[in-house]
Formats: sequence, structure tokens, C-alpha cells
Amino acid sequence: MINTITTSGHRALQIEQPLIFELDTGGSTAVDLPAAPKVRTRLGDLRSDKPIGLPGLSEPEVVRHYTRLSQKNYSIDTGFYPLGSCTMKHNPRLNEKMARLPGFADIHPYQPQSTAQGAYELIDTLAHWLKTLTGMPAVAMSPAAGAHGELCGLMCIRTAHEANGQGARKLVLVPESAHGTNPATAALCGYRVESIPATALGRVDINAMKAKLSSDVAAVMITNPNTCGLFETECIEIAQAVHAAGAYFYMDGANFNALVGRVRIADLGVDAMHINLHKTFSTPHGGGGPGAGPTVLSAALAAFVPVPFVVRGANGFSVVEHAGTGAAQKSFGRMKGFQGQFGVFVRALSYILAMGVDGLRQASGDAVLNANYLRVKLSAELTPAFDGICMHEVVFDDSFLKNTGVSTLDVAKALIDEGFHPMTMYFPLVVHGALLMEPTETESKATLDQFIASLLALARKAKQGDQAEWFKGSPRLAPRRRLDEIQAARKPVLRWRKADVNAAVTKQAAE
Amino acid sequence: MRYLPLSDQNRAEMLGSVGVASVDDLFADIPAAAKAKAKFDLSNTMSEMEVERVLSAVAAKNLNASQAPSFLGAGNYRHHTPASLDYIIQRGEFLTAYTPYQPEISQGTLQAIYEFQTQVALITGMEVANASMYDGATACAEAATMACRVTKRAKVLVSGSVHPHYRDVTATALRFMDMNIECLAPDPVGIEDLIGRVGPDLACVIVQTPGFFGHLNDYTALAEACHAAGALLVICVAEPVSLGLLKSPGAMGADIVVGDGQSIATPTCFGGPGVGLFTTREKFIRQMPGRLAGETVDENGRRGWVLTLSTREQHIRREKATSNICTNSGLIALAFSVHMTLLGEAGFRRLAELNHAHAALLADKLEALKGVKILPTAFFNEFAVQLSKPAAPVVEALAKRNILGGIPVSRFYPTYPELENILLLTATEMNTEADIDILVNALKEVLS
Repeated sequence: MINTITTSGHRALQIEQPLIFELDTGGSTAVDLPAAPKVRTRLGDLRSDKPIGLPGLSEPEVVRHYTRLSQKNYSIDTGFYPLGSCTMKHNPRLNEKMARLPGFADIHPYQPQSTAQGAYELIDTLAHWLKTLTGMPAVAMSPAAGAHGELCGLMCIRTAHEANGQGARKLVLVPESAHGTNPATAALCGYRVESIPATALGRVDINAMKAKLSSDVAAVMITNPNTCGLFETECIEIAQAVHAAGAYFYMDGANFNALVGRVRIADLGVDAMHINLHKTFSTPHGGGGPGAGPTVLSAALAAFVPVPFVVRGANGFSVVEHAGTGAAQKSFGRMKGFQGQFGVFVRALSYILAMGVDGLRQASGDAVLNANYLRVKLSAELTPAFDGICMHEVVFDDSFLKNTGVSTLDVAKALIDEGFHPMTMYFPLVVHGALLMEPTETESKATLDQFIASLLALARKAKQGDQAEWFKGSPRLAPRRRLDEIQAARKPVLRWRKADVNAAVTKQAAE
Repeated sequence: MRYLPLSDQNRAEMLGSVGVASVDDLFADIPAAAKAKAKFDLSNTMSEMEVERVLSAVAAKNLNASQAPSFLGAGNYRHHTPASLDYIIQRGEFLTAYTPYQPEISQGTLQAIYEFQTQVALITGMEVANASMYDGATACAEAATMACRVTKRAKVLVSGSVHPHYRDVTATALRFMDMNIECLAPDPVGIEDLIGRVGPDLACVIVQTPGFFGHLNDYTALAEACHAAGALLVICVAEPVSLGLLKSPGAMGADIVVGDGQSIATPTCFGGPGVGLFTTREKFIRQMPGRLAGETVDENGRRGWVLTLSTREQHIRREKATSNICTNSGLIALAFSVHMTLLGEAGFRRLAELNHAHAALLADKLEALKGVKILPTAFFNEFAVQLSKPAAPVVEALAKRNILGGIPVSRFYPTYPELENILLLTATEMNTEADIDILVNALKEVLS
């Protein structure tokens, strides 16, 4: 074991950094502002001079604070990030540069429409690409993320059912392998949820689904490729059965990146699908967002699209902002402030134009090739959950760890010391101890080979026996060892308070 | 294609390893008939400079606020962005990281979220804040549904002071959850009676300060009335810079405070992405939506942070979760937090003073004009004015003079003819006295 004790507590590039509140130098600021003009104030009796408690720092201190924090993060720019279902592909800096053009960054959603024609054109152009790539006639641009896009799709579906006298339908069917947002979204839309089992081949059990279809079912939500990284081969039959039962077919498009340029989802019988621009179209994840979840809609659902939406007329573009009138007569209403995630749209279109349709098709091909390469090479020691070719991601179960005392979590934590971000763990729920890996198309063969070598070595080490303790001690080289999540949840400390106040509050809460 | 590292030789080797002849063979599971229809009339790959040329031409079709004095607000505000802020949020370790699910290698993001939660709680005067929502409007909807869960009631009252998008998004959410909402008419004069409407069936009352039309209200008495009736008070803050100068919603007795951090975090960006702020009282944390970072220790006893209380969230609770939110607005929350750190208490207060002074200066100069009446007696950096003629054509006429001269309220409320002459004007630290004079002189001409 390396001796890591230093006087400062720092370890070379890993520098311990206090909270900004603990760095307060009192009264200083990193922003110099001009003096205010002398005027009569008009704040009524709402003015407050009570201290807020914000710390004051100078600019160099602030820049150093965040630079040090940044160095405690793993990122795509740092290395391989095979987090399954999350599509951690390279984020081109050109997208950032384009989003910062004053003509995109310094415009207001409510400036006169005649002065924002470029903004509407950008939204319309991106919408055109999304509609063409999916073959769908309409797209709702305002959803802010994947889960929000799901909600948009289900709100369109419920509104359509109500318009067609089918409002009594109150059930949504979701496969047990689905991401948690699917059932959570259905519940927010006022639906009950029943789950559909999977077959041994990792696909939706179509017979079990058919048995659940009834005049009570509003929609079936299916992720395709599914969370096991497999294409739902019976997708078209599923769509036909769903439609025959009078329900709509929602496809979760989180994994659309595997299909771009290969198949149009309209040709699979889909009624609605959200597209995660922050996955498929490479806008940065930013440590948790923002994203955007435009939702493509079939002809049956197009009329119920939320406001606002852009329309093209003889005198240029305009935006329809109010439901219940004109082109938005049947719109279900508004689900997001202003014009949606415009800054994300700029980045996505910048990526799409750079790739072109030929590049996008190549990208889905390379993504699937990389995943299959991992599948084949890792199968030397790991146990794939399903046989045969996978799509953009591959899932292994933990049977290769049987009787070793080592868990999926332990392998993931050991990978951290190897310099890789772990894969998604314990998801999908239908695979025991799942290790779900999505390499994406922006990784080189050399990177994949390094990762494969590390993971195979870890698997072999686990299988040697008597290694559980070593694994449980991982990671050792990261900025932190394993953190106590149980304590964090049992005695939540969710904010900084002046010395000892948190301790008192926590004690009080515990009592 | 420059974003794709595999060479043809790599591909050939890898296909050999996989045991297929071509990449197309990897897509054999997709029905052939569907694949055959996949023809696209779209452009092919472009060089970096071609993309820049195409998109710059599109951007040039917009009149941006660096080219024209701008007095637009209504929930989306133009403030100065310090250069170091944009540098920090473009660091790849922040920009290209995912949600911090692996805390050992995500302490940067987690500590920043914890600092963000603390800052948001401090400025709103509340006990706890979450890691962010999409925007102010969706945060407001989440507040309404949370109030229904907490009180086990199903009716929400929305004041006419609330931003119409916050109101509409909330109405959409509640309608699909089969709950009731009553929205009061827009209230440009600031006379609505809320206390008289509080009753035992209400889950919450939603108000906004500064109000959509600019009014400043002390909601302390309303909070007391809500609590007496077993209801919650939700206060929206669409312009958080105001919190540098005004009595906090927490001090008024709010139970949930939501808002949009855009004004502090990012340029206007045509309205998105923003960052939803969400705060509440400690006793309600298990009913809160969204992610939370919490403090803990590692195996060596060193302080660190993790995402916590996730048993509220969709990936654990599925259909019983408090919300379906997953991706939030992490990077914009970071931008908000960095700017707040740069400002500090002194800078935050000074920024708020400067905003109010510019708006008051604008109001002073407008009051000298005929045909302009300022509606709120107390305001922060934005106020509604009643013009002698319809506001929409006035704004168009100002745009022709290269001035982004406010927002006609009719664009938000097309079905209220009595609001036709009302214009919303904002002045921030970005509006110099020279800008203000340009607007006032042009308005004088347009109104005459």
C-alpha cells in the first residue's frame, strides 16, 4: 500500500477543497459592478437588509475552487465512460461554439417574431431532421428531457383517447425491463401500470402482452432497442396487436442512437417516441442535464401536440403559443416554459449537420460494432445475459462471479482504479446483477482493447478465489474511497450550515 | 468523419472478431421490409467551417440584444455573464460528465450541487433545496403536485400574479393527475383577494413575487391564512436577482419556493435551457421531487457527498415515485452556483441594487411621458405600463427602430382585450442610461 499521508492532506493533483462557505473571506466579491444611478427607490416595504449568509471570494479564488472540483470528476473528455443506456459519446466543442453565437445566445423568447426568424428556422430545421430520420409526420419540440418527452407522448395519447370517446382506458403496459421513468410517467398521466414479462431471449413476451390487451389499455410503452441492448424483433407484430386493441404504441427512444439511418420508426408502427438529444445527438450531459426530449408523433396523435410550435407561412415563420385556437385547436396545452430547450437544439443541429445522414448511419453502425466487439471479447471471462448479436449496448449477468464473494458493484468499483468509468450496474432489473455496457461509436479500438484487458483481468482475479476483501476495498486510488450512503440517507445533511448547526438539526431530526 | 475513430482496417478486424461479414449484418434483427424503406433526403457530412457558415447565417437572421437596446423580461432576463463563469462550465470534467452515480469519481459535481442547494436555500430563506428541475414552470407544477401529496387534497389556487407559463404548465400537470386547479384572472393592478379564497379543500395557493406584472407583495398574512386552513403556500420567483434586495419568501412563511435560475445562470438563449429552483421545509423532504446531494464520509472518514434519499425517485420507486424527473438541469445549476459564488453576498446585493436603480430610472423617465402609466407602485427590475394605445404595434414600431422595447402582455393573454394596451418593461444592469433615453425618446414618438 502506498503511503498517501501528506501534511496538507492533498495528494498531488488530488487537492482537498473546502466548501465555498468555509472559504469566506468576508465582504469581498469577484464581480465589480458600476455604481448605481441615484434614484428614488420603489420597493415599498419589501426591502430587506438582513444578511443572507453568502460567502465572498475574489475571482482567482473562485476559479481555483471550481478547477479543483472539476479535477475530482470523471468525464467523457477524461476517458472511457461505458455507462449503459446513457450514451456517453464525444461532445464536439463546435456545438458549444455555435450555441454561443450572439444570434442564438442573446435572443429573447418573446422578442417580436419578425426579429427572431433565425431562431424559428433553427427549430424548424431540427424538427425536419427528426421527422425525416424517424419518418414521423409531426414532432413536439418543447419537452425538456427524456422523461418529459415520455410525458408528452402519453399526454397526447390520453387526449386522443378522450377526443375519440375512449377516455375510460386507464391502463398502460410496460415491460419489466423498462427504465423507471416509464412507469413513473404513466402514473403522472393518471394511468395505472401493469408490467409485461420478458422471454428468455430478452424480448417482450408478445403472448403475455396480448393476453393483457383489452379495452382498458390506453398504451403500451416499449423501449427499442430494449434495455438489454436487443432489438425487439416482433416490434411490428406488437404494434399491430396494440392498434387492434384500440391502444397506442409508445416507443421509448432512449436507444434511438442504435437505429439512426438504419430504419425509420414510423415503419415499425410507432405512434409516439421521444428522442434524447443529449444522447443520440451528442449534446453534453453536463453532470445531469440539461437535456431535450423532442417527441415525434404519428398522424393519429399529431393534432394533440403541445404548444408552442413553429409554423411556416407565406411571410416566414411564426409560433403558435396558445392551445384551443387555430392550428392548436386540439393541443393538450403547454408543458414547458417558453420555446423549449433552444440552446440544446442549436447544439444538436450543429452535430447533425456535421455528421450528415451518411455520418449518422456510420455512427449507429460503429456503435453497434463496438458493443458487439465488447460482447465477444469479454465473453472470454464474463457471462453474457443473452446469446447472439446485440445492438448498441451489451449486458452481462453476474453468474461469472458465482461463489467468488465478489459482486457486480465490487467489479465496478475496481474498474474505477483501472481508470475507467464503471458500466451501468443492476439495470435492467430482469438480468441478475446486470453489468450493462454502452461503448458508443466515438471510442477507438485501442480504448476498447484497454478496457477489455482490465475487465478480463478483474474477472480472472475474482475467479481465483479469496479476493472478495480486496475487491470490497476498491476503489483505493480515486479522490474518495466508498462513501457511506446509508448514513447519508438516514441522517440527511442536504446543505451547509454554520458550524454545529447541521449537527444539531440532524440530531433533532433523528429524535 | 472526424468524430468517428474507427478506421476501415479496425472495422474489418472487429467484424472478424464478431464473426460477421459486414456492419449491416449486425442489424439483421430489424425486419427487412422496414429497413428497405429507410431512405432519407438529407444532407451529408460537413466540415467544421461549413457548419459554422450555415449556422452563422441562420443566427444572423435574428436581432440579438447586443445589437439593440433590450428591455425584455417576463421570466427570462438578460444579465451580465462573467467571463470566468463560462470558462468554468466549459471545463470538460463538468460539461461531459454524467449524473454523479459513482460518487468516488464525481465529487466535483456532487460538492457543487451541495453548494448550489445551500445557496438556493439561503437566498430563498428556505431550509432545503434540491439539485434542480427543468425550469421555473415545471418546478411550479411539481410544487403543486407535491402540495397535493403533502396535504392529501386535490385543489390548487393560482394567483393572477403568476407567470402564465408557470400557470399553464401547472394546469396541464394537474389535469392529467385528475386534480383541480382554479386560476384567477391576470391581475395587472394588484387587487385580487387571495386570503378570502383560502378554504379547507385547498392543497396550496400559488403566488409569485415579484409578480408577473411587476408588483411586490408581502405574503406573510396569506401564509398564515393558508396554514390555518391546512394548506401550503407556494411562492414563485421568476427573477432570483430580486432576492438580493427583497424580503425572502421563506421569511414570509412559504412552504415551497420555486423559480427559475436562468437570470443568474445563463444568457437568455431564446428561453431555454433554464434551471428550475425547488426549495421547501425540512419536514417535507421525503415528499420532494428531484435529486438531492447529501453529505457523508468515505471509508477513511473523509467528508464527501452522494446522491441521497433516492427512494423517492423513479429509478427505485417506479410508478410510486414523487416525480418522473431523471435528467435535470445540472450544468445550468452549476452556472447559477458559480455566478452566485463570484458575486458573493456583497456582489449579489449590489447587482440587485443596480437592477432596481436602472428600472426606477426608467420609470422616472417614463412618467414624464404622456400616454404612459406605470401600474405597480412597488417593483424590482420589471413593471407593467398602461399605454394610450395597443402595445403590440408599439413594440413592432420600436423594433423597426432597432429597439427591443418590452413585451406586449397581449402575447401572453390574447383573450383579454382589457390588457391590450399593457406593456411589460424590464431594465437590468445591462441597460445603460443612454439605452434608457433611446427607448424613452422612441416611445414618445411612437405614442404621439
